[in-house]
This record gives sequence, C-alpha cells and structure tokens, in this order.
Amino acid sequence: MRQIQVKDITKAVRDLCIDANYNIGQDVIDALKKSLKTEESPTGKEIIEQILENDKIAQEEQVPMCQDTGFAVFFVDMGDQVCIKDGNLFKAINEGVKQGYTEGYLRKSILDDPIKGKNTGDNTPAVIHLNIVSGDKLKISFAPKGGGSENMSEIKMMKPSDGIEGIKKFVVDMVKRSGSNPCPPIVVGVGIGGTFEMCAQMAKKSLFRPIGSRNPDPFYAKVEEELLEEINKSGIGPQGLGGRTTALDVHIEVFPRHIASFPAAVNINCHAARHKEAIL
Amino acid sequence: MAEGKKITTPLTDEVVKSLKIGDKILISGPIYTGRDQAHKKMVDLLEKGEKLPFDVKGQLIYYVGPSPAKPGKVIGSAGPTTSGRMNKYAPILLKAGSKGMIGKGEMGGEVPEALKKHTGVYLATVGGAAALVAKSVVANELVAWPELGAEAVSKLTVKDFPAIVVQDSYGGNLYVEGVKKYQRA
Repeated sequence: MRQIQVKDITKAVRDLCIDANYNIGQDVIDALKKSLKTEESPTGKEIIEQILENDKIAQEEQVPMCQDTGFAVFFVDMGDQVCIKDGNLFKAINEGVKQGYTEGYLRKSILDDPIKGKNTGDNTPAVIHLNIVSGDKLKISFAPKGGGSENMSEIKMMKPSDGIEGIKKFVVDMVKRSGSNPCPPIVVGVGIGGTFEMCAQMAKKSLFRPIGSRNPDPFYAKVEEELLEEINKSGIGPQGLGGRTTALDVHIEVFPRHIASFPAAVNINCHAARHKEAIL
Repeated sequence: MAEGKKITTPLTDEVVKSLKIGDKILISGPIYTGRDQAHKKMVDLLEKGEKLPFDVKGQLIYYVGPSPAKPGKVIGSAGPTTSGRMNKYAPILLKAGSKGMIGKGEMGGEVPEALKKHTGVYLATVGGAAALVAKSVVANELVAWPELGAEAVSKLTVKDFPAIVVQDSYGGNLYVEGVKKYQRA
C-alpha cells in the first residue's frame, strides 16, 4: 500500500482552489478565440473580447476571474493501493477548501442549511464524489461551480421511446429556456442513462472534460457535435444579447440503463468553465 | 478599454430617456450594491414606510456580491449576478425613485412595465468579467448590513464602468431583439 499524508492532500486542494479561480484553462481561451472568427454579432464579438481581457487581467493580477468562486465540487479517483495517512480524506479536502478560499480571497458562498442557513464563512463543505480505481495514485479533479449556471440545470425521466431525438430536443429546449441566465457562451454537460442520481452526476462530470474533447464512442461524439451546431443556431449568443456563440461545447456521458427508464440530465457551465486536477 | 456614451449618476429622467437598447455606456459616479438578501431587507423597510439606508433617488442598483478585496485593493472581483432573481423587488425600488439596475440576464415579471412607468433603465455588464469590471471601481464604502458579507449594501464610486442598455424605458428588450436577429431555423 502507498501512503499519502492528509497534509499533502490539503495542500494540493488549497492550491487547486486558487489556481482554478485565478487561471482559466487554455481550453477555454482557445475556444473563445476560435469563436471570434465565427461570431457575426458586433456586440457578441465585443463581449467575447471583454471576457478574454478579463481572463488575462485575472491571471496577471492573480484575482478571481469571476466573483462567484462557486461551490467546490470534486471528483476523486482513489487508487485501491492508496492508504490515507494521519487523518480522513474528506476532512483533508474540506480543510484545503477552507485554506484556499480564505487565503486566496475567494468568495464564500455556502449557507450551512438550505432554509435556515447562515454563511459557513469558509466555503465548506465541498461536494465530493469518490470513486475507487486500480492503482496507487490519488487523482483530485476540482471545479468551482457558480450558482448562475448551476441554476439552469434539469433532469428528466424520459420514455425509452423518446430515443436520441427526444434527448436532443430536451437539451436544446433547455438551453433556449436558460437564455441569458447561465452567462453564455456556455458549456453544456449531458448525462444519459443510469439512475436518477447517477444521470445528474454524469452531466456534472462531463463538465470536467476539456472543451474540444469528444466522447470516445463515435455515436455520442457525433451527437455532441450535432447538438453544438443546433444550440448555436438558437441566436442566444454571448450574454444572451444575440449572436452565433451560445455554447463553446457539448459533452455527453452515458451509462447503462434499466429497460423501463431513460433519464437525461443537463448541467450547464458558464464561460468561466473552471476545472483543474492534481495527481498525488 | 470599452468605449461608449458617458453618463453620470444620479440619473435624471432626461438621461434615462436618451438611453436605448444596444447603446454602449460608461457610468461614472456612485452606484449601490445589493442582491437577494439586501433586496428583501430594503423592500421590507419600504413596505413598512421606513427609510432606506441611502437616498435611492436617481440611483442605480448593481446586483453584485464581490469577492473579498486583496490587501491594497479597493474591491475584489465584482461582476454581476443573475438579475431575474430580483424581478419581484426591482419595481418597488423603481417606484421609490431608483432610476435603474445593473446586472446580467433578462428581467421579467413586472419589471418591463415598471421601467416604462417610472422611467427606468436596465443595464447589463458582462457576466463573469469580474476582474475587468472591478478595475472601474475607485472607491468602496459599506452602507448597511455588514452581517450579510458579500451581500451587504455598499456604495461604489465608479469611473467609466462599462455597460450595455438591455431593457429601456420604452419597453425595448435587447434579449428579445438580439436573439431574433441571429436565430436560424
């Protein structure tokens, strides 16, 4: 068994929180620059240029690119040969979130109770999805998820007879209904299959993939491209003020389903599509 | 940096009437921050016939909850939050004398009617462009409810704060017009 100290996990998480919120990924920058070539709306172009300038300022001055530094969401792949030393994995991650959000001057946006809530003051607790895999590594993937885009998310228990066309219609309608709210240009995460809760989780997980990556199954890769084209015909455009660039990408994740069930979930990310990972 | 027509707060009806959807503007002067919880408190005060913690006449309310300021900085990142959550509150503040709102995303409910009735304007600034927007904030002074943290009401003094007129006092709505223009079958 390989031992990993909790203090190393905490340090890695602290750094991920700050890095993800200050430094947007190259995948987002490349996609925004590419969209400048196809965007027809002058206002739309100006908005994309402002976003690129904003992301540059955030990087240079080491400040958050967006004031909504999100709910801290983690997908953790823990090797079965890993032993966590001197503490608890979830506690170590939450301690890293606390340190990262405090020392990085990130906004604390978490209420301790959905109804009676007051701010927890350090942006904990994090949402942690743990997966056990083969090997002796600990992979921590992090995405700070903003409220504006998270609110534009939906899950639907569809009928198997709805087929892939039904799913496509659900996704495109959902994006149209969301309009200007999730801060377009957006990234659209889609889960298909599994159970109710797993489907939603797949939609979220798909947002951790880099923009431009395709589902390994050519069938779903093609659906991703078709959906992207369809969404960009909607005219919503940057910030919902009209234009060609509504989405930068569509990601689909799938899982086997029950013969009677056909769940589909959409989870939207804003243009500040932050995601970073660390491997210990 | 962005270009546009310069306006100074507090706004008069004449200035508001001169603003049409699609206009790029640069705002200078004081603006007041407030979002979900601060609006609930402000509207509660108005409904009880009490005074707001600041003179709202002619002022713009900015829907924002900034990130904490780093040492030596006036403010942290300060982009707009989704305005639709304030649909219920905005008409009440317009009635009380406010001349408009700054945020992101379409405003519905009674808002378009209230903009016409009280000669108000809704301005959008780019959502997520929070580091850029923060550069136009030159002063930041707490006005009320510090216990709300990022949601407290502050008076920001801005210089050439970039915004776009998205819903005007004539019922114009760029979210509708813009999308219509670029929609394809």
